[in-house]
Amino acid sequence: MKNRFKPFAMALVAALLAIAPLFLNAYHVDVLNSIGLYALLALSLNLILGEAGLFNMGHAAFYAMGAYTAAILNTRYQIPILWTLPFSGLVAGLFALAVARPVVHLRGDYLLIVTIGVGEIVRIALVNDVFGITGGANGIFGISRPKIFGFIIRQPQHFYYLIWGFVAITALLFYLLKQSRFGRALNYLREDEVAAEGSGVNTDYYKLAVFGLGAAWAGMVGTLFAAKMTIISPESFSFWESVVLFMIVILGGAGNMVGVLLAAFLVIGLPELFREFSSARMLVFGLVMMVMMVVRPQGLLPARGRW
Amino acid sequence: MEEFLQQLTNGLAVGGIYALIALGYTMVYGVLKLINFAHGDLFTYGAYLGLTLLASLALTDRLGFALGVLVLVLMVMGLVAVLGAILERAAYRPLRESPRLSAVVSALGASIFLQNTLMLIYGARFQVYPDDILPAAMLNVFGLYLPLMRVLIVLASVLIMIALYLFIQKTKIGTAIRAAAIDQGAARLMGIDVNRVILLVFLVGPALGGVAGLMVGLYYGQINFTMGWVYGMKAFTAAILGGIGNIPGAMVGGLLLGVIEAMGAAYLSIAWKDAIAFLVLILILIVRPTGLLGERVADKV
Repeated sequence: MKNRFKPFAMALVAALLAIAPLFLNAYHVDVLNSIGLYALLALSLNLILGEAGLFNMGHAAFYAMGAYTAAILNTRYQIPILWTLPFSGLVAGLFALAVARPVVHLRGDYLLIVTIGVGEIVRIALVNDVFGITGGANGIFGISRPKIFGFIIRQPQHFYYLIWGFVAITALLFYLLKQSRFGRALNYLREDEVAAEGSGVNTDYYKLAVFGLGAAWAGMVGTLFAAKMTIISPESFSFWESVVLFMIVILGGAGNMVGVLLAAFLVIGLPELFREFSSARMLVFGLVMMVMMVVRPQGLLPARGRW
Repeated sequence: MEEFLQQLTNGLAVGGIYALIALGYTMVYGVLKLINFAHGDLFTYGAYLGLTLLASLALTDRLGFALGVLVLVLMVMGLVAVLGAILERAAYRPLRESPRLSAVVSALGASIFLQNTLMLIYGARFQVYPDDILPAAMLNVFGLYLPLMRVLIVLASVLIMIALYLFIQKTKIGTAIRAAAIDQGAARLMGIDVNRVILLVFLVGPALGGVAGLMVGLYYGQINFTMGWVYGMKAFTAAILGGIGNIPGAMVGGLLLGVIEAMGAAYLSIAWKDAIAFLVLILILIVRPTGLLGERVADKV
């Protein structure tokens, strides 16, 4: 019974999201924009962590690679910011492949700690102005506004449609991916790696492929971030960002896209709404995370089995 | 040579601190297979509690330096141990049968909670330890002038480690801890109360971490509510370096990491100091994933 209402509920939410900027003020639209960016990042992390079960707590590193690629190409070579999307994805994806190649076979917790290490090394490299192109601790500023068919995207409302349009496309593509042979192989990997290997799934290939894909997506989100902020600096890509993304995926229910989107709203949106209680809100945030995990260890909407 | 020896001893002092924290990670990981992300924050609590007790009780004035610091150490150990036990009860015990990642998120939540509690109580700014606790004496060791505090920290951490090693290897309770780390089910069948072992691990580990926090306060003079992240991650690196779950490994790994980091900062680049530890971590995991002393090799099927 419940499933018959689900398409309607989702259509209703989509419609509400589509008209939201018309009756919200600029601040709230901006909050929705950051939720959108985190939702995108969380969806890309969900591929790696949720669908394939690879513990990645350094996702901010790939996000940073993308954002910096976009910013450098834009400010140095005057390439329009949205044209840098494929380059950002490529750079972040290749970087992820290079990093993951020697470590991807490691067992869960070791991979977790290595990805934390990679995230920190990338951040420190950015702070130290590696190759003299990242601008050190100040970062890069003066990134130009995105332009679509001569229309310059400037206001939060415009960015809203850019970001959430990207969310919609991402959700659709990842949904199709999940239904494909590739998606099934990932789930097999997550549930039982040995059995997957035994049934002829090339585990190393799939692990690397999903790592590269998730990272490339995060890299493209980095472009959107750079375009929205026009200034980027290393502190936007700290360990904390990776932790938040990790929490969103697990809280939402690893492997469930609707759950991940819902968790992005809760984890990013709620602290924004409680800005008045600035000092105590993170304390409550930590407490809520603990309580949520104790009450619902599988996350808000756990991934459903396929059989 | 002088410079080299100074860096070496400094590295040993920092390494001793890493080792003490790493022991808490490795013991918990050994028994529960859980990365206790809140452990770094318990270490920070040690530093802050030490500061508060030092300032409010004036122990060193009343009891003299040696006895005062000893009492202080014992009080910090006791208090942080209690915190650790509460943490285990509240954040980890309900999740023992749950998916591993839920426990990781719960640990991260606990870490955020502990950190922000400290910030609300003490404020976000650096806190400074009084600098008149002990005379800023230099000790002459074979012609090398070393700060007294550095020597004391190296000695104290080594002493604590030896004590812990004997406790784990020679006592009945220590044997129970080792047994639970190897196979919880079998340990239970042998009549070991695994719940009590876990509680014990969450008392001993945080107590050691708390002392390490106190040492950082005394050594560097200033502490911050977020410092648990960095120290925690480095100590965890040290634990992996030595072989996670392996108690002597955590000791060796901690000292080694401290020395590597001090040398790297002195002779390579100070700006990349924090990256060195992680680079070492990645290299060791590629070359020898079980760590230097780890013998329990990857999952057998």
